[in-house]
Amino acid sequence: MLQIAAWKRVLIWAVCLAGILFAFPNAFYSRVETHNDALAEIEALGATPEREEAAGTWPGWMPNSLVNLGLDLRGGAHLLAEVQVADVYDDRMDGYWLNVRDALVEIRDQVGFVERLDDAPAGELQVRISNPDGLEAALSAVRALAQPVASLTGVGATDLVVSGQGGVITVALSPEEKAATDNRTIQQSLEIIRRRVDEVGTREPTIQRQGADRILIQVPGIGSAEELKELIGTTARLTFHPVVRRTANPNVQPGPGEAVFQDLEIEDEYYVVESTPVLSGEDLVDAQPSFDQNGQPSVSFRFNPQGARVFGQYTSDNVGALFATVLDDRVITAPQIREPITGGSGQITGNFSVESSTQLAILLRAGALPAEMVFLEERTIGPELGQDSIEAGRIACIVAFVAVLAFMALSYGLFGIFANIALLLNVAILFGVLSAIGATLTLPGIAGIVLTIGMAVDANVLVFERIREELKTAKGPSRAIELGYERALSAIIDANITTFITAVILFALGSGPVRGFAVTLGIGILTSVFTAIFVTRLIIVMWFERKRPRTIEV
Amino acid sequence: MRLRLVPAETNYDFFRYARLTMGISIVAMIASVLLWLTVGLNFGIDFRGGTTIRTEAVQPVDTGAYRGVIEPLGLGDVSISEVFDPSFGADKNVAMIRIQAQEGQESVSGDVILQVETALQGLDPSLTFTSVESVGPKVSGELIQTAVIAVLAALGAILIYIWLRFEWQFSVGAVVALFHDVILTIGIFSLLQIRFDLATIAALLTIVGYSINDTVVIFDRLRENLRKYKKKPLVDVMNLSVNETLSRTLMTSGTTLLALIALLALGGDVIRGFVFAITWGVIVGTYSSVYVAKNVVLMLGVKRDWSKPDANQGNQFGNIDA
Repeated sequence: MLQIAAWKRVLIWAVCLAGILFAFPNAFYSRVETHNDALAEIEALGATPEREEAAGTWPGWMPNSLVNLGLDLRGGAHLLAEVQVADVYDDRMDGYWLNVRDALVEIRDQVGFVERLDDAPAGELQVRISNPDGLEAALSAVRALAQPVASLTGVGATDLVVSGQGGVITVALSPEEKAATDNRTIQQSLEIIRRRVDEVGTREPTIQRQGADRILIQVPGIGSAEELKELIGTTARLTFHPVVRRTANPNVQPGPGEAVFQDLEIEDEYYVVESTPVLSGEDLVDAQPSFDQNGQPSVSFRFNPQGARVFGQYTSDNVGALFATVLDDRVITAPQIREPITGGSGQITGNFSVESSTQLAILLRAGALPAEMVFLEERTIGPELGQDSIEAGRIACIVAFVAVLAFMALSYGLFGIFANIALLLNVAILFGVLSAIGATLTLPGIAGIVLTIGMAVDANVLVFERIREELKTAKGPSRAIELGYERALSAIIDANITTFITAVILFALGSGPVRGFAVTLGIGILTSVFTAIFVTRLIIVMWFERKRPRTIEV
Repeated sequence: MRLRLVPAETNYDFFRYARLTMGISIVAMIASVLLWLTVGLNFGIDFRGGTTIRTEAVQPVDTGAYRGVIEPLGLGDVSISEVFDPSFGADKNVAMIRIQAQEGQESVSGDVILQVETALQGLDPSLTFTSVESVGPKVSGELIQTAVIAVLAALGAILIYIWLRFEWQFSVGAVVALFHDVILTIGIFSLLQIRFDLATIAALLTIVGYSINDTVVIFDRLRENLRKYKKKPLVDVMNLSVNETLSRTLMTSGTTLLALIALLALGGDVIRGFVFAITWGVIVGTYSSVYVAKNVVLMLGVKRDWSKPDANQGNQFGNIDA
């Protein structure tokens, strides 16, 4: 007979109640959002009366997780960046050149003079020795420089591949070391992008790695992808170089160990500088926007102790010389050193506005990106478009809801109303789950919910139709209900598992809005099966126990 | 009085016009493939790279004038179309501008977008740009690949699942029906030149999921009836099964269509293509569940002795109890 154990009843109602409770904050979206933001601010910056008041708009004992709104609903910017991981190889080789030179100089009697070839392929270091007979000795000297690779997958491998031919030694990173380096480059880039985006202080940015060398960045509420690109796309590599001379000729040939950089502001001003920097941004510990003595916006910075010592030493030795501050190969400013600067702090003055000095300070604080980024995909969605979509989605949901509820009630009478109660609970639980797991609701996701509303009744329809059939064979209403559930079950399970498979595939392969759709569709299937085989059944059983009808009409 | 979409007892012969319905399905599939090959799909930037800019203005959209200011910028193929939606009102005029992927660039640079925006704002200062999206050729190539993999993976997974739960003839029948639905959807998208993008792929997979739902319900009943009527000809058992589940099939399609039509009419223009695909898929999917899937099973024949082992007992789904 129709019996459901008391603990099962409690459990089913508890799940429904929890669903409603977790869905509830979404009905007061902006209030809960204010509350959450205030809590985060109190956490980060300490409590103020205003923040306490804002936090008090929503009772603290209530659940406060909300369904995140996707970019297409909230507006914001989306970027897919590819990190040029190979850039780092050249820097590594530059670093190794000094070691290789030192190692070869020690055995100069065997290898002769050592010279680095400028036309080596990217990522390789080529060194010519004047005495080709010493190749073997040179190779073993260079190989001795190799270090074990520090990664889990590269155990046992060394970081360098060294080969030699006719007096030319070629040094390159081994595949294992490249993989480990790539990984580090991406991690560093992720970290620096995160710091830069956090500095701007927007709500819930998404910064995640995609595939081997890509980074996905989604920032809600930012004006445009272009703005975001300026913030995170700049390498922000700050270096300080001694100036050799200033020129207006863009084709000037730099001497050995020199480089030519263009001025940031003045198009036809070029600086020939020593290519090895005296100091770089890595030695900075702080940077803040400030004003110089003329009241012009500038950026003040402070070096770490080591940097301060080098800076103090250099400025003492080179009073009167020009000293270039270079950001990403463009000269910001090249002032004359008037006096030794030993305090370890300095100021970059240039043609700044307040905004650009603030921006530069942020970039310097967050650190330089290890490699350049190429943007493969960029999307900007205006907030008003998102608002329109939410509005349209809301209206469509309500209309769909009313239509389906009416249709079910008309078709199945009292049982239809039971199914409708389950449908309402279904959507509540769906929202509850979405909020609790912090899922992101996108525009296709709203479509997924509407589709769930339409399809959720399916399991109930299957059962009701089955009960109708079983009633025909006249075994009495309670037996008919029981058989209806029992016999419809395999169809319900099979039908929903196949749909669930497609949702899983969509989730695995999709991205952004499509993934949001997969999430709502998948969770919608789970909640609709739950409400159909547990909730509706429980309601029917409870009704049956009270009324004990002799006949039922479905 | 209950609302009934079909009478309580039906006894339609769904194989009476089997040749005709199969013929229609085959012709429609061939026509779809031909349309796909000749007219082609109207790929969105997700699949062919490029930039779309959505503009909103108080003044009516003048595509000719828009084109007039953008063309001198020399950006190659530019298409401008006005977007209509009943919710817009007289002072909200929306247009979509699509610019082809630029030679030698991954995503369109900010300068190009700024040029276009400045040029358009010179024409109408009230113009705002509510969304700007740009996808590079590298990503779009990969997206096509992923999309094809997604659809094939879904079909493959369903093939295996149905095979495990039923018989291989059923899984072939189901997948042929799904293939039919996917092809017809691609056909209608080619015919009407609706934009085919990543969301459309999501819609295709949803169609696959929905249509299999319908098919499985009929198959499940067929399996049950095969156990019950061991001597009845297969055609009759099939007819009986479809008739018995007809009310359910139409009820579910009916409620789903009600919800979808609400979304189609009121959900806004941004997802209209997506919703249209699903709506079309629900209609085609319901048809294919009744007329394609089981006809294929009939052609392949199926084992008649389902008495043992009972596929429904002793597995993890057999004893779920509330």
